[in-house]
Amino acid sequence: MRKKSDDNLKNKYLLAGLSVFCVLLIILSFVNNDIVAPIKQVSGYIVTPVQKGINSFGTWLSGVTENFEDVETLREENESLKEQVATLTEENSLLIQDREELERLRELYDLDEQYSDYEKVGANIIAKESGNWFNLFTIDKGSDDGIQKGMNVIADGGLVGIITEVGSSWATVRAIIDDESNVSAMVFTTSDQCMVGGDLTLIDEGSLTLSRLTDADNAVHVGDKVVTSYISENYLPGILIGYISELNNDSNNLTKSGYITPVVDFRHLQEVLVILELKEYTPSSSDDSGTDSSTEDSQEDNDASESAAEGSQETESETADEDSGSGEEE
Amino acid sequence: MKRKLIMALLILVCVLLQATVCPMIAIGEIKPNLLIILTVSFALMRGRREGMLIGFFCGLLTDIYFESTLGFNALLYLWVGYFGGYFYRIFYDDDIKTPILLISICDLGYGIVQYLFRFLMRGRFQFPFYLGRIILPEVVYTLILTIICYQIFYRINRGLSLSDE
Repeated sequence: MRKKSDDNLKNKYLLAGLSVFCVLLIILSFVNNDIVAPIKQVSGYIVTPVQKGINSFGTWLSGVTENFEDVETLREENESLKEQVATLTEENSLLIQDREELERLRELYDLDEQYSDYEKVGANIIAKESGNWFNLFTIDKGSDDGIQKGMNVIADGGLVGIITEVGSSWATVRAIIDDESNVSAMVFTTSDQCMVGGDLTLIDEGSLTLSRLTDADNAVHVGDKVVTSYISENYLPGILIGYISELNNDSNNLTKSGYITPVVDFRHLQEVLVILELKEYTPSSSDDSGTDSSTEDSQEDNDASESAAEGSQETESETADEDSGSGEEE
Repeated sequence: MKRKLIMALLILVCVLLQATVCPMIAIGEIKPNLLIILTVSFALMRGRREGMLIGFFCGLLTDIYFESTLGFNALLYLWVGYFGGYFYRIFYDDDIKTPILLISICDLGYGIVQYLFRFLMRGRFQFPFYLGRIILPEVVYTLILTIICYQIFYRINRGLSLSDE
């Protein structure tokens, strides 16, 4: 009996000790995340190769089973694809014409920093966050391939997320549909600023929330393109996020909010591209009167709201040759 | 010594499976929680001490790979392991009903605490939604996985106990 109560006491000490240790770790990682970074580095060395292995095995396995199912569907698909090729060739010739036009317009708009020109590196997703609450994933490229914290991740021509941690051969990405994610964005047609955030309650719709959209002219419509904003601290400008699927007036009648359908299919995401260029945050361009520089309040870039009022008066005229950083021609 | 090595390996394998295979078998974006099964199973079979340690390391490893606040999951799984250990030798561990019930309770608690600290704190108030869409489906899926996994863990434990003697 004595031994049993001894054990009991020991267990309680162990519980208390480990609990205190955990709490210390939590506090430590809140105060200074750099201290815990080395631990993650070391463990990444061991785990990444194994993860890669399991993952490629899993992909192979699902590939094998799909092979059998797919023969029939492939035939049907082939038929419809042939038709598609015909229509696409036609469309393609039209697009070539369009491209020439686009190039001309781009010069006009001075948008030579389109994200198609950025240097990128492809990566595979090898692991996902283990719980059901957050949307983080690990990719199989790291600092050895030039990836740094804060780089943007894209796929299917749209924004996927941002690198939050980097090891030598792995990196963690926070997807924009993650509940803690916030991207400062703008409507492509009118350059009105807004915030795009993830929300777990939209898990079934797969959409994003749009908030704090300043649209004084009522020029923004459902179906408009939303891209990352120039004033964003972490995201390169002009990356496509998605299309507005719903738009409502806020109760303050000044701003609007709604939902965005992202272009990226997050459910079936396997490969991503990392843009090897960091957003260099310059406080403000000379003609932007410094409205956006002082409002970096939360973890991601919540700096849209203030300068949103500033950027809302852009002209819709195609020939306006304004500077890409500002919205106050006229 | 052999036991410790095998347990360490088992924890590592489970954490890796949780991050790689579980997303592949996810239904409606919901993954089962293999780590809760591991922690509670061994707490039930081996007592509080082992449950605590296994839970602690499971949580710590998940924290290391995915959470920027290191220690949160470690603390949660630690308490799950301790709680599970209360039922050591009160129930027979070869009966599947006890672990199923216990794991469900633990997973439910785990989900609620996650919600309280990670979502409610940021002003996400729709608890019924989170309960119905995230927490309960996870419990059900975990429960189904328990039926398979518990048998495996039970055999591993029995094998280790035999070689200990």
